[in-house]
Amino acid sequence: MLWYAGKRFLQMIPVFFGATFLIYFMVFAVPGDPIAALYGDRPPAPGVIELLRAEYNLDKPFIVQYLLYIGGLFQGDFGTTFSGRPVADVMAQAFPITARLAMLALAIEAFFGIIVGLIAGLRKGKLFDASALVISLLLISVPTFVVGFVLQLVFGIQLGWARTTVSGDAPWNELIMPAIVLASVSFAYIVRLTRASVADNLGADFVRTATAKGLSRRRVVTVHVLRNSLVPVVTYLGVDIGSLMVGAIVTEGIFNINGVGGTVYRAITLGEGPTVVSFVAVMVIIFVLANLLVDLLYAALDPRIRYAK
Amino acid sequence: MTNPETVPVTSQSSTEEIPLLKIRGLEVGFETQRGVVPAVRGIDLTLYQGQSLAIVGESGSGKSTTAQAVIGLLPGTGKVLGGSIEFEGNDLTKFSDAQFAEVRGSQIGYVPQDPMSNLNPVWSIGFQVEEAIKANGIAQGKEARQRTIEVLNEAGLSDASERLKQFPHQFSGGMRQRVLIGIGLSARPKLLIADEPTSALDVTVQRQILDHLQTLTRDYGTSVLFITHDLGLAAERAEQLVVMYKGKVVESGPSRTILEDPQHPYTQRLVAAAPSLASRRIQSIKSHKSSDNDIHIFGQGSLDDALIARAASRESGASKDLITVNNITKVYEIRKQGFRKDKLLAVNDISFGVKKGTTTALVGESGSGKSTVAKLILQLESLTSGTIEFDGVDLAGIKGEELLKFRRRVQPVFQDPYGSLDPQYSVGNTIAEPLLAHRLGTAKERFNRVSELLDQVSLPQATRHRYPGELSGGQRQRVAIARALALKPEVLILDEAVSALDVLVQGQVLNLLTELQSELDLTYLFITHDLAVVRLVADNVCVMQGGRIVEAATTDEVFENSSNPYTRELLDAIPGANIKLGS
Repeated sequence: MLWYAGKRFLQMIPVFFGATFLIYFMVFAVPGDPIAALYGDRPPAPGVIELLRAEYNLDKPFIVQYLLYIGGLFQGDFGTTFSGRPVADVMAQAFPITARLAMLALAIEAFFGIIVGLIAGLRKGKLFDASALVISLLLISVPTFVVGFVLQLVFGIQLGWARTTVSGDAPWNELIMPAIVLASVSFAYIVRLTRASVADNLGADFVRTATAKGLSRRRVVTVHVLRNSLVPVVTYLGVDIGSLMVGAIVTEGIFNINGVGGTVYRAITLGEGPTVVSFVAVMVIIFVLANLLVDLLYAALDPRIRYAK
Repeated sequence: MTNPETVPVTSQSSTEEIPLLKIRGLEVGFETQRGVVPAVRGIDLTLYQGQSLAIVGESGSGKSTTAQAVIGLLPGTGKVLGGSIEFEGNDLTKFSDAQFAEVRGSQIGYVPQDPMSNLNPVWSIGFQVEEAIKANGIAQGKEARQRTIEVLNEAGLSDASERLKQFPHQFSGGMRQRVLIGIGLSARPKLLIADEPTSALDVTVQRQILDHLQTLTRDYGTSVLFITHDLGLAAERAEQLVVMYKGKVVESGPSRTILEDPQHPYTQRLVAAAPSLASRRIQSIKSHKSSDNDIHIFGQGSLDDALIARAASRESGASKDLITVNNITKVYEIRKQGFRKDKLLAVNDISFGVKKGTTTALVGESGSGKSTVAKLILQLESLTSGTIEFDGVDLAGIKGEELLKFRRRVQPVFQDPYGSLDPQYSVGNTIAEPLLAHRLGTAKERFNRVSELLDQVSLPQATRHRYPGELSGGQRQRVAIARALALKPEVLILDEAVSALDVLVQGQVLNLLTELQSELDLTYLFITHDLAVVRLVADNVCVMQGGRIVEAATTDEVFENSSNPYTRELLDAIPGANIKLGS
């Protein structure tokens, strides 16, 4: 198990370097001069431009720029934005907000998704199951921003239960509605995944044997059906941690949240290499760690995988 | 039974009168979109305390459905439509779910068919046994753990206390079946339903398990309801037999009587086709030549006579070895924790030859290396050492065109007719695929060849357009054989090709194979764990154990006077081998 985890950690190294290099290259290759873009229509004196170029290492060859950046990264220096603010500061502000949003969304989709999926799976073909399928299909096919606007309209404006936008420091309670919006699509997938898995396991031989042992229906369902059905669901949830952290741009936009999505979007339009690459590097690490977590959880849930290594 | 204290007083005097299980006019059906499909159509059955009874029939006869109805575990849309199932005088068909939960485990135990799929893979063995003990109120807490170890010890797992924390996949099939028997008997039920308890196991393991089950149930005074397709096994293990066919009981009575004097034509066919009874049967039929006309099972004479006659004619025509295997060894490296590797000697220095036009059987239990030999000959695995010659040419290092040519001459047929056919391919396409792969013939020629092959394996031409999912197991195996024959090979390597089939279907497929052999002058390498089948088709037998050939001789020598202890063990393990048949 430890050996397995260690091996996975080592695999992160090439992924990290490869991803940052590619992103740095792409930011570099985007046409247009970031300094010129910064000043817009009134170009500064040529000397100032040279100075700025030197300060941000823009006058050096690409590979040198990249190596300087990586070197700084390992000394805890994420570089500075063009406005002179350290990137580390921006990250310290944006990541906790997005992390809170993502965790909330994850909790909502896991809790409600598994419960609804379990009931639907147990009552396959009945009314509850049919409605769960229709609603989940609806959630999957309707774009996130539509769900967001509908919730804003109903709960924010007409009922006045929640604020339509989130304040700067994004407290937990204000994040509930955005989290529901963010969770909606994944919730639908989890309902379907759990339902299929439960329905599948209900017909398994070992479930019949468990019933034949004289176990109560309740115990058969919780111990033998649910536990086995959770394996694919947990896998999905783990992968989803990554997408929730990264993919919240639309939701953050709707609710005006100062999270990761918006910050990266602005940085890309400005051509702020260090900001984009630093954020993406952290996202890559989150993604890889989430994948590692999934693999470990998978092994914890299914002994056959645990002992196969 | 909810109040056990009051029952014994009356039961003492009434055990004689009240049977433990009394089924009257039971009807079970499955609801489909096209209405109710009956599976059990009005059967009667009586089982007394301490007795054992076996329901015998082929798949689809309703035998398992009957058992599932008794324990209230009918799958899917199954429903009891009529009749009664009285267990100690109480009608189980009127029980609520909660009442059934009371009876299951504590009064009626259940041992399922497939040990591989009947234990939950994510819970430890100890947990799953303890759960049964706790649910039936036998013991709680520490005591339950203690009882778990006892139960497993009794079921034949001597190192149970160390293995409690292990998971099902760390146990062999036989061990898992012991665990399931332990679970079934953990609460000392009055009735144990054993649904094909050993059909997924090797013969020797099967024998051990059944012996053990018999000892346990006798000691506990448990009545046993066996469900099996193997008449030999049923007759050996149960006092009473009930033969089911298409949802009805066609014959019932004491095992020996039915076996010796089957009345119903279906039972007669079953007795005739049971390969486990073959050795005895050959003698009895030969000595009763005059009464042959009464049997009339497979058209002219009996199947076995035909098979044996063909074997005799093959032996006389045999000449040189087509396949020669010299001192072959195969070592697998198994990755262990970390970097360590273990070596597994799958095939250990074996040699044998297969003569043209004959059938050589490789017999052994799972893990004996017999399937590895097949893969080595088929050039699907590389040799560690030794040589394999085909038609005088060393196969080592042949590749490209030569390898293709070899593949055309040697074709495999595998065990699982469900897994070895592509469900997305129609039968016609499946059979034509090898022709396409070797770029033989035009589309029209291929079409004609498929028609010819369908004829050869006795499948109707219309089968061409059907898909594997619409065929029965026997039909699928015929398709697999047709596919193997498409390239007009000289050798067929049959890896457990009939093991997954019902007895009657098995007999038909074996008959087809031997017919094809004399018609097309084929050479067979027949790989099986079932000695009973070997007797019917093979000319020579190689018995394998632990990667070695422990005995190689002609079939008659092996069956009549084998001196090898392992071979004797295998022979004794054939269910029904010890039953005296006929007069």
